[in-house]
Amino acid sequence: MRRTVTILLLIIVALGISLSLAKIPFGTPKTTVGRHYIDEGIEETGATNIVTSVVVNYRGFDTLGEVTVLFIAAIGLGAVLTTSVKGETRKIQPASLVLYTGCRLLFPLILVFGSYIFIHGHLTPGGGFQGGAIIASGFLLIYLGCRERRISRIASNLAESLGGLIFVVIGLLGLVFGGYFLLNFLPKGTANALFSAGVIPIIYIAIGFKVGSELASIIDNLIEES
Amino acid sequence: MTLVVSFLVVLMLVGAVAASIFRDLISAIIAAALVSLIASILFYFLQAPDVAMAEAAIGAALTAAIFIIAIRRTERFEE
Repeated sequence: MRRTVTILLLIIVALGISLSLAKIPFGTPKTTVGRHYIDEGIEETGATNIVTSVVVNYRGFDTLGEVTVLFIAAIGLGAVLTTSVKGETRKIQPASLVLYTGCRLLFPLILVFGSYIFIHGHLTPGGGFQGGAIIASGFLLIYLGCRERRISRIASNLAESLGGLIFVVIGLLGLVFGGYFLLNFLPKGTANALFSAGVIPIIYIAIGFKVGSELASIIDNLIEES
Repeated sequence: MTLVVSFLVVLMLVGAVAASIFRDLISAIIAAALVSLIASILFYFLQAPDVAMAEAAIGAALTAAIFIIAIRRTERFEE
């Protein structure tokens, strides 16, 4: 009985969604603002990667909110997990030789790749969030392979706080120099150069450090508990 | 190209169904990670490399790891 009702409800929901979506023509642009970003984005922001110019420049304030949500999630998880009993050091079962050697070889390469992704965020695909996630997956590899190693809590907290601070301070500097928050007040330079696009690379590097240390500390908290 | 994309979509559906019917939760997580991995390849084919990178790193690697850590503390098999 319950199953029949559930299937019936699902069919009704699917019908409703498909009927409401069927009216929208597929593949035609419905707004003009997207066209503006594609046509004028490189000239206005100096960033060759249009996604980055939208995320950090046109919609920079939303990104600040996103970073804050991630920060609150990491803080909340840390608060919940560290209140439980912590203490006796368990015996750590060592990883196999293959995993240990692979982890020691791959970890620096993953770090370099993640840094490359967020430093070149305004030129090539990727950016602070992607680079930070890649760096955090490198730390996950450390926890799997070299089990006696731990990241320093102080260092990760420092990177996290400095990243957030740089983001907000640059936003406020825009307010000082140009009159509104997160204004691109540095010279834009020539497109396609590493030092171009004004404040965009600085903000993305800050986001990369912040996201990387946040996700790594989430994993650290969870592994310490299990 | 269309053939590759359709194959990937079918594989993704198989992974999604498998993730919901497996009784062994570790296997279910691997199936869910497969869905994320194929989603990231499809994002790349749809010319969204930024999203593809985030999906591969967070969806396939970090989420699966967090679920596996959680299952280590609870039960591996669902009744």
